[in-house]
Amino acid sequence: MTIDRLTYRHRRRGLDHDWFIHESTFKRPAIAWPGHKRIALWITVPIEFFPLDAPTLPVRPLGGLDRGYPDFWGYSNRDYGARIGVYRIMRVLDALGLRATAAVNAVVATHYPRIIQEIVRRNWEIVANGIDMGHVHHGKLELEKERELIQRARDTLSKSSGKRIAGWHSPGHSESTNTLALLAENAFEYVADWANDDLPYMMKTAAGPLCAMPLTHEWSDRVLLLQHNLTIEDYEAQVLHAFYRLCAEAERYESGRILSLSISPWITGYPHRISALERILAKVLDTESVWHETGLEIVQVFKNQTPAAEKQAAATT
Amino acid sequence: MLTEPGRYDYLPLIDRPIIRWPENARVAFWVAPNIEFYEIDPPDGQGRPLWPRPYPDVLNYSLRDYGNRAGVWRVMEALERFGVRASVSLNAAICDHMPDIVDECIRLKWELFSHGVYNTRLIAGMSEDEVRHMIGDSVATIKRHSGQDVVGWLAPALSATETFFDLLPEFGIKYTIDMVPDDQPIPIKVRQGRLISIPYSTEINDIRVMGVRGYPADKWAAMIKACFDQLYREGADNGMVVCMPLHPFVIGQPHRIAALHDVLRHVTSHSGVWLTTAREIADWYYQHHYDEVVRFQAAAKASGA
Repeated sequence: MTIDRLTYRHRRRGLDHDWFIHESTFKRPAIAWPGHKRIALWITVPIEFFPLDAPTLPVRPLGGLDRGYPDFWGYSNRDYGARIGVYRIMRVLDALGLRATAAVNAVVATHYPRIIQEIVRRNWEIVANGIDMGHVHHGKLELEKERELIQRARDTLSKSSGKRIAGWHSPGHSESTNTLALLAENAFEYVADWANDDLPYMMKTAAGPLCAMPLTHEWSDRVLLLQHNLTIEDYEAQVLHAFYRLCAEAERYESGRILSLSISPWITGYPHRISALERILAKVLDTESVWHETGLEIVQVFKNQTPAAEKQAAATT
Repeated sequence: MLTEPGRYDYLPLIDRPIIRWPENARVAFWVAPNIEFYEIDPPDGQGRPLWPRPYPDVLNYSLRDYGNRAGVWRVMEALERFGVRASVSLNAAICDHMPDIVDECIRLKWELFSHGVYNTRLIAGMSEDEVRHMIGDSVATIKRHSGQDVVGWLAPALSATETFFDLLPEFGIKYTIDMVPDDQPIPIKVRQGRLISIPYSTEINDIRVMGVRGYPADKWAAMIKACFDQLYREGADNGMVVCMPLHPFVIGQPHRIAALHDVLRHVTSHSGVWLTTAREIADWYYQHHYDEVVRFQAAAKASGA
């Protein structure tokens, strides 16, 4: 009955899958950001739609409605982000001259076209964030169905914004075994789902290489404020701890680091929290060593410096 | 089914032999990093799901993989800086998958003890021979990669069978940390040979405090320091053990690692602290206290106490 439990099919050097290689963050080749900056500040703003009738199985994303149908409280709390919170965040970033990467559910194009206009006007990057938070990718999703979801999300967003969509973030960081190959097949350059590094790294898929970008999960507002119920003061302190540590490591290892911030309009966009974002950014920008860009620009700098890794990833597929 | 473990006698704090650590230290302080490999696609049928989401649980797998790519190196740096060694609760398959991590543990003169083969292979529901297979495999694998004789055990993912304690001495295991009933080592009753329990902690475990409850790292550091301060006071009368369990994917995050430096600064600024490993605690206890405690317990029982 338990014999399978003593059989180890993947017990060998490296990982138990082939999507990327095992390597220590601290032994990777150095990365140099433009202007010799130590930290690339990468601000991601998820623009989401949580359908009232979203399925809760097999995967409910963090932040998914949880009061039972019809959860008007949860729905309207998240809708606050689209009506108020996102514009409040835009004002904060505008005042500091910062551009964000918007991780956008495709249905936002029809539900909230005004937000798309404002994103385009600011020349923010748009990352495809699936159809909506009720369409979570997972291991039991059929290949053809998932291919259609990915293409529809990308096409809807590129059509409504006129922008190229090069990055992908799965709703709830959830993927199937086909997601990575489908993204490469559809000319995506990067994916921001895996939470295992502070730096970008190259993945390999049956359809070619893909860059993994380290979108923070651990110090996202969603984890610290929603899942862990921290106060905004604790949230602010945790994010700044991460920033100062990454600065110190960038100095010590003479290699760039990324400070990824994930700022949800329906969490940080509330009036009792938004000033924490201003304080965090003021401290981050107060140092001389910060370069700020959107995801794709960071990926391109990284890839230009690691042609060997890219070739290796592509060649070994 | 058992009503109680039946593995140790009741030995109240106020009525027990005095433990004296080397150089009369008040506390023995040991650090237990759990260096673990969670398979992305473990076998089903283990009594409970291994991942919260269906295969592939990219989010939770990658959060744990963070520990092996980044977190563990920060933990190593912090401990080395303060001159503190560790006893690693090691999934033996790490030796096969990521020997670079094991090599660094060896360079740091850390103890390696068995935490099974993978953290996604539970012993719950196994026959004794199957448990033996896993213990023996893990001990042999770690020995082969490190040269170390493994003398400690923590079952993977805190799984258990009724009798796995009895099997440990067959493989040279001298201590278990699978139960947490005390602040001092205690004798564990087994069919053959000798076994002791060394204090570990679920209460101040980083995964419980920060991973599950979500406390910020400075609150976790305050808990560890409070635990240390209390046992340091009590240790003036009777030597105590402070264990700091760690999970590199939790404490090794950039927003948390400063708290580990803070704790280590606090601990190492005290005199009267034995900075040690679980192996050394076990050796000392067997040499100086095991027989006395067993005799004390037998006498207490005989007198009907």
